[in-house]
Amino acid sequence: MASKFTRSNATGWMMAGPAAALMALFIVLPFIFAIGFSFTNQRLISPNPTQFVGLSNYSQLLGVGLLVLEPEKDEAGSVLRTDDGSLTYPALRGFTRNNPDYPQFDGMREWFSLSLGENRIYVLARDVVFIKAIVNTVIFVMVVAPLQGGLALVLALLINQKLRGINFFRAVYFMPVVVSIVVVSLLWRFIYDGQSGLLNNLLGALTFGAFPRIDWLGNPNTALGAIIAMSIWQAVGFHMVIWLSGLQTISPSLYEAAAIEGASPWQTFRYVTWPGLRNTAVLVLIVITMQAFALFAQIDVMTSGGPLDSTQTIVFQAVERGYGKQDISGGSTISVILFVFVLAISLLQRWLTREKK
Amino acid sequence: MASVSLKNVRKNYGAADIIKGVDIEIADGEFCVFVGPSGCGKSTLLRMIAGLEDISGGTLSIGDRVVNDLPPKDRSIAMVFQSYAIFPHMTVRENLAFGLTIANAPKAEKDAKVAEAARILQMEHLLERRPSQLSGGQRQRVAIGRAIVRKPGVFLFDEPLSNLDAALRVDMRMELAKLHADLKATMVYVTHDQVEAMTLADKIVVLNAGIVQQVGTPLELYHRPANKFVAGFIGSPKMNFLEVTVEAVDGGSMRLSGPALQGLTLPASDNRAGDKLTLGVRPHDLTAMNDGPLSGTVILVEHLGNETLVSLSLTNGQGIIVALDGDTNCHVGQTLTLGFPPNKVHLFNEGGTRVIV
Ligand SMILES: Nc1ncnc2c1ncn2[C@@H]1O[C@H](COP(=O)(O)OP(=O)(O)OP(=O)(O)O)[C@@H](O)[C@H]1O
Ligand SMILES: [Mg+2]
Repeated sequence: MASKFTRSNATGWMMAGPAAALMALFIVLPFIFAIGFSFTNQRLISPNPTQFVGLSNYSQLLGVGLLVLEPEKDEAGSVLRTDDGSLTYPALRGFTRNNPDYPQFDGMREWFSLSLGENRIYVLARDVVFIKAIVNTVIFVMVVAPLQGGLALVLALLINQKLRGINFFRAVYFMPVVVSIVVVSLLWRFIYDGQSGLLNNLLGALTFGAFPRIDWLGNPNTALGAIIAMSIWQAVGFHMVIWLSGLQTISPSLYEAAAIEGASPWQTFRYVTWPGLRNTAVLVLIVITMQAFALFAQIDVMTSGGPLDSTQTIVFQAVERGYGKQDISGGSTISVILFVFVLAISLLQRWLTREKK
Repeated sequence: MASVSLKNVRKNYGAADIIKGVDIEIADGEFCVFVGPSGCGKSTLLRMIAGLEDISGGTLSIGDRVVNDLPPKDRSIAMVFQSYAIFPHMTVRENLAFGLTIANAPKAEKDAKVAEAARILQMEHLLERRPSQLSGGQRQRVAIGRAIVRKPGVFLFDEPLSNLDAALRVDMRMELAKLHADLKATMVYVTHDQVEAMTLADKIVVLNAGIVQQVGTPLELYHRPANKFVAGFIGSPKMNFLEVTVEAVDGGSMRLSGPALQGLTLPASDNRAGDKLTLGVRPHDLTAMNDGPLSGTVILVEHLGNETLVSLSLTNGQGIIVALDGDTNCHVGQTLTLGFPPNKVHLFNEGGTRVIV
């Protein structure tokens, strides 16, 4: 066998060649370039030569700081209060603008703040928008992965039956997957419309007009949730099909054995179905996670990251910096950060779902 | 412990009649074997008893209860499948205890029952293993053990040995016979292997195309097959059939002849001259005999050691098989003349039914 492989090596490489070359050109090479650019100040078009800047792109994007401010006091040491009784604090910009005592906070802005006793705690970030993008992306992943995976499993269980016309339902659930995500996003913009959107009309009709009209995509409190709901709906059919293929590998005689032993539907699921789906579950979870981290098209079409950066995401930021602001090094750095993120989470998931000895 | 009674039991899938009115009485403690060619409905019938297929018509009773509409777990049955159907992610112990786990039985009871089943099947040393670490025979033993733990009134087996190699099959066959002797439970056993049927059964039910052909002890079926189908199905090598015509009936005897048969006088039946019959004679009842009524040319000789199977082509070109002594000297092309004792002859009329001589 081995000798045959060595003999036909040249032919093999010639056949694999075109695809391998294209993959190298469009996947491997850009990936290596991105890592390289992330250590420079490369711009798309610039008169100045490119310089090596070390890790400064990374610290610029990921830099965060914690500042605890005490309330202002008079000479006697008692706290000053405004007329309505609230405490006053020194201005934040005094610490973040050219303050030689706090060089680590220079150029940072407030991400969020909270009160602890009389003190006020500021969480600062060098790049607040990007930090928000990370948080939004993580929220998106953490909500979408279990909900989409779970919903897809429920649909797969419902559809994995011998019923008349079951293929119709399979097709219906799978349909959104086939439609381009851009088209789906455009359609859902109408559904979420603040005035005459389908969702508002539906909720209004169900509650006889009691439900207030909401601009789902224009409200910072609802925009991310709206995109999450639509994204779950769009790809759930795809994962349903993966679950379905997993379900069909489970031998029917196992179900019959369980029936003879008197297992209830839940016990059958727990002792027969779920253990048989272990590998499928790992696959579905990793695929959803990777897809969710790459969230871009929905944002680009529906909100462009707004309102008030409430739907910024990592990939959207990478594109916006790299092409919108022509900051190739910034975009590359974001891509590398995303890669490390996804890799770490996939490894973690594999470890968590490993078969225990 | 329970008897099983089927009265005019039917099964159809849509327009296709699979079981066409079956009456079988299986006594308490009896070992009953269903045999028949592939596709005759043995498995379907067994699965109807188990409750895995619903019954289209007739009554099925186990013990003194009609169980037509009871779910499998309430029928006091346990089933062993051809594909073992043991749960791959559970240890042998967990597999054996599955029914008790489902029923929330206390741990002490589980341990006791598992230990007893393991002792009966001599597999105490396998309890902590997983099915993937077991051989085929051991897996089937686990499946049988799971059935024993249920303490059912009736054990159902669907070709439990057909995935095992020949030597192991012989061992397991003996173990099953021993198990039946020990447990004294009612057992219903499906097989298409007539050696299994002959060796294990108290009572054999021969099925063909969804109809019971004959019910009886192994020796009854062998010596007095009710029709041509049973005659051909039971016994190995197959019974030889020859077309004959009644030439003359004369008091207590009648004279037969046929294209391959010179002339033969047998005790009279209620046939008349001119009737067409089929004469059956088993290969083991034929002997070389110089003035015998059959003669043919040897076309194949198979030396099995304990016997020699000789295929002959009779004068009219029809083939028959003869089982002769282990050290018979015989070569291809040789002419043999054969005879048989008249009391070893089976006669069937044109409908295939046995003719009483
Ligand atoms: N779901 C079904 N729909 C229609 N016909 C079926 C169905 N299940 C089984 N049959 C038919 O019923 C007949 C009996 O099947 P069954 O499995 O009982 O055969 P069997 O005697 O066990 O054969 P084998 O020795 O090959 O296992 C077959 O002809 C099969 O085609
Ligand atoms: Mg079968």
